[in-house]
Order: sequence, then C-alpha cells, then structure tokens
Amino acid sequence: MIEAPVKERRELHGAEGVTVERVSRGFATKHGVVPALAGLSLRAAPGEIVAVVGPSGCGKTTLLELICGLQKPDDGTVRCDPAALMPQRDLLLPWLSAIDNAALALRARGVSRAQARDAAAPWLERFGLGGFEFVAPAQLSGGMRQRVSFLRSLLAGKPVLALDEPFAALDAITRAEMQGWLGHVLRSEPRTVVLVTHDVEEAVVLGDKVVVMSPRPGRSVAEMDVVLPRPRRRADPAVVELRERVFAALGVAS
Amino acid sequence: MKRLLSGWRALMLLLVLLSVWELYVDLGGADPLILPAPHAIAQSLFNDRALLWSNFLVTAEEVLLGITVAAIAGLGFAIAIHLSKTLRQAVYPLLVASQTLPVPIVAPVLVLWLGFGILPKLVVIALVSFFSIVVTTSAGLAAVDPDLIKLMRTFDASRLRTFRHVELPSALPGLFTGAKIAVTVAVIGAVFAEQAGASSGLGYLFEQSIPQLLTARAYAAVVILSGFAIALFALLTLAERLALPWAYEPTGERP
Repeated sequence: MIEAPVKERRELHGAEGVTVERVSRGFATKHGVVPALAGLSLRAAPGEIVAVVGPSGCGKTTLLELICGLQKPDDGTVRCDPAALMPQRDLLLPWLSAIDNAALALRARGVSRAQARDAAAPWLERFGLGGFEFVAPAQLSGGMRQRVSFLRSLLAGKPVLALDEPFAALDAITRAEMQGWLGHVLRSEPRTVVLVTHDVEEAVVLGDKVVVMSPRPGRSVAEMDVVLPRPRRRADPAVVELRERVFAALGVAS
Repeated sequence: MKRLLSGWRALMLLLVLLSVWELYVDLGGADPLILPAPHAIAQSLFNDRALLWSNFLVTAEEVLLGITVAAIAGLGFAIAIHLSKTLRQAVYPLLVASQTLPVPIVAPVLVLWLGFGILPKLVVIALVSFFSIVVTTSAGLAAVDPDLIKLMRTFDASRLRTFRHVELPSALPGLFTGAKIAVTVAVIGAVFAEQAGASSGLGYLFEQSIPQLLTARAYAAVVILSGFAIALFALLTLAERLALPWAYEPTGERP
C-alpha cells in the first residue's frame, strides 16, 4: 500500500477533527439521574488516532455516541466532522453476503445494489477478503467479520471513525493480528479516529495519543502522546514503558 | 434419516390413538351416530371420495386466498403499528378486540353484506387468522438490535431505508411463524364461514351430513381439513427454509 499524498489526506480525514469540551451527560433511571460523563474534554486533530482507555462502565460508549451525533450533551460542547460508528459486536446482517454487508452504508444512502457492490469489491480484495464476497457472515471467521464490519464503517465515507472496542470479542492471537492490520490500513486510509478500548496495549500500539478516563462518571485523567515510529512492536521497550505508564494512570499496579 | 424416524414416530402414535378409538366405539362406548369408528370414517373417505374432493377444492381455494389476505393485512398492520406509536396505541386494542368476536355471530352479518359467494369466507378466514401474523411480525420488527439502528443513523440512513434494509428482513422469520399459526385457524374459520351460508365446501358438507345422520362423512370432511392444515404447515416450513436460509444457519462465528 502506498501512502496517500498530503492534499488527498486532508480530504479523507476532514478539517475539524474532534473537539469535546467539558462535556457532561447523565441518564435518567428509576433511581434518579446517573452521570455517565462529568466534564470530559478530549481533542483529536484531523487525521489523528486517539485511543481512549478506561475501566468498564466509564462512559466510553456514551462518548462515541456523542461524537457520532446519536446523543446530545447535557452540558459542554462537541464539535466534530461527520463520524461513522463501528460497533463493538460486528452486527453483520445474516441475510446479506460479505460484500452486501460491507456496502450497507452505500445502500443506506440510496445507491443501487449493483453500484454499491462495484464500489465495495476492490476494498474486499484489499482487505484480504477476495473470494469471500458472496459468503454469508456465519461462514466467516471472527477476524474476517471484524474486517467486513470495519470496511462497512469506512465506506460510509465519513472523515471520523468512532471505533467501539472493535477487537474485544476476538481471541488474543486474532486480536493481535487485527491490531497490526488496522494500523496498516489507517496509514493508507487516514481518518480521524477515536478508538475506545479497554486493551491498554492496543491503545499504545495504535494511538497517536492515549487518553485515560476515570471510573464513572467519566472524565479524562491523563493524556499521553505516543511519539513512536510505526509499525510498533508490542515487545519494544518504549511501548512496554508507555503501557506501564497508562496502567499506572488507571491506578493498576503492575 | 432423522426426519424419516420422526415421521415414523408420529405415525406410530396416530395408530395407537386410532386403535384406542376404534376399540372404544366397537365395545359400545359411544353411539356410532355421535362418534363414528375410524374404520367407518375410512370407508366414507373412500366411498364419498368424489363428493369430498369437489368440496375440498372449494374450501382449499377459500383457505389459500384467505391466508393470502391475512398475510397482507397482518404484515400491513404490523408495519403500520411499528412505524407509528400513535397508530399502535389507537389500533392495537381494536385488533385484540377483533379476535374476541364470535365467528358464528359475525359470519351471518358478512353474508348479509357480501352475499353467498367467496367474499364473506375470505373475510372470516382473514379475520380469524391475521392476528397471529400481526403479533409475530411486529415482535420481529421490534426485536432489531438498537445498536444496528444507531449504526444506520451514523450512515445517514432515512427511517424508510433503515426499515427496508434492516428491520423488514429481520421480521420475515416472524411473518412465517405467524403464517404457520394462521393456517391452522384459517381452516376452522373456513368451516364457520361455510356454515353461515354456502352451497359447497367441506364445512357445508359437514353441516349437511349431521342432520342426515351421515356422521362418518362429516368426520371424513374433518380428516381432510386436518390433513390440509398439516400440508400447508409443512409447505410453509419448507418455503421458509428456502426463502430464509440465514435464519437456520448457526449464528456463532467459526474460528
């Protein structure tokens, strides 16, 4: 894969990036309002990959839904280029083949099936899914399903990708492969990425910046720039050291 | 092989039940004019085959058309109450109420309005059978993963396109389930409708046979109706497997 030229890169990843300023968001329940986010701030420059790590239930999914415009903040502001979500579970439609699943965002905009397939076909090839175009999702491996799911969100054509623990459901070996794969894809297809994960290693290997969130109600407690060359190896001492710093920020002794 | 075995089991159970029935009537447990023995019913099935067949064709046409009407109406109502909360609140109680109408009371009114032709039969059959289709289809529409709806929203999908690409396909197994329940009651609906005013059909034949003390023939008509319902049920099961193979595949991912 060849890296895209600078001008084209800007078109791909947009101009605004993602700016979340002192955002609070709560949910009404039977037992009163439960705050999910309390004064969270976060910035992803255009083309930047920001990995957000935090304990379970710290409002990470709420953050992504705010970025995607699926929710409005109670307080604070969210400014952001249009974003497409990649959900935690792949949610592939069982009645559609791999290619039709990948092309769902095009169909959602009213593109005909034939045209949507034409647009998706070269991407399946590129993503190592050549020959699996007309296979049902149930026949695909976990890693392949996740690649189709990522492609589906990518083909939405949005400058921002909101990835919700994309590889959490995969086994350790497949997950490591997929992390390497995603890093590779994002170098040739630059987008502004907010990657929510509870996998600290994933955050350090993939992120330009790691944001550490507090337990619920979530806010940012630490931010670390990852200025390491790519592709990154998880055994690299610099990666290991940063990983330990993130763990420390999370309050986990190692 | 497995399917053949399960077929055998059903047949064995049927034979046991028929034997008990036969013995019960033969030993004087019931007057054959009230409860005919299986062998008498079998005799009637053979001797009256021409009469039964011509009347079966009439009822079969009513049931098939009635089920089609029920499926269209059921799907229409399910979609309407899924898309509009207002409509759901307004219409659902009436749909439930429609199921409590006693058919023997409604059918004569329909005959009065619509005549002695096939039309009142279609209305009665559709009335008794559409509700299960509404319930199972709207349950299927409502069971779509909310995250999938959110995903479609981030893809800028309109309400209609989300419905067409995500909700409607996932409701199709529910439509089939509802239709399978519907075929069994549709057959009963046909009998009631014919009793209210008809000049042919198995329900009409049934109605005519009892006062003529031809009880065995009446039961023969019922046997044919049961067989027809079972055949329709099996046909729908097969159609579902062919039309929606994904609903039968294992959903778990492969390593």
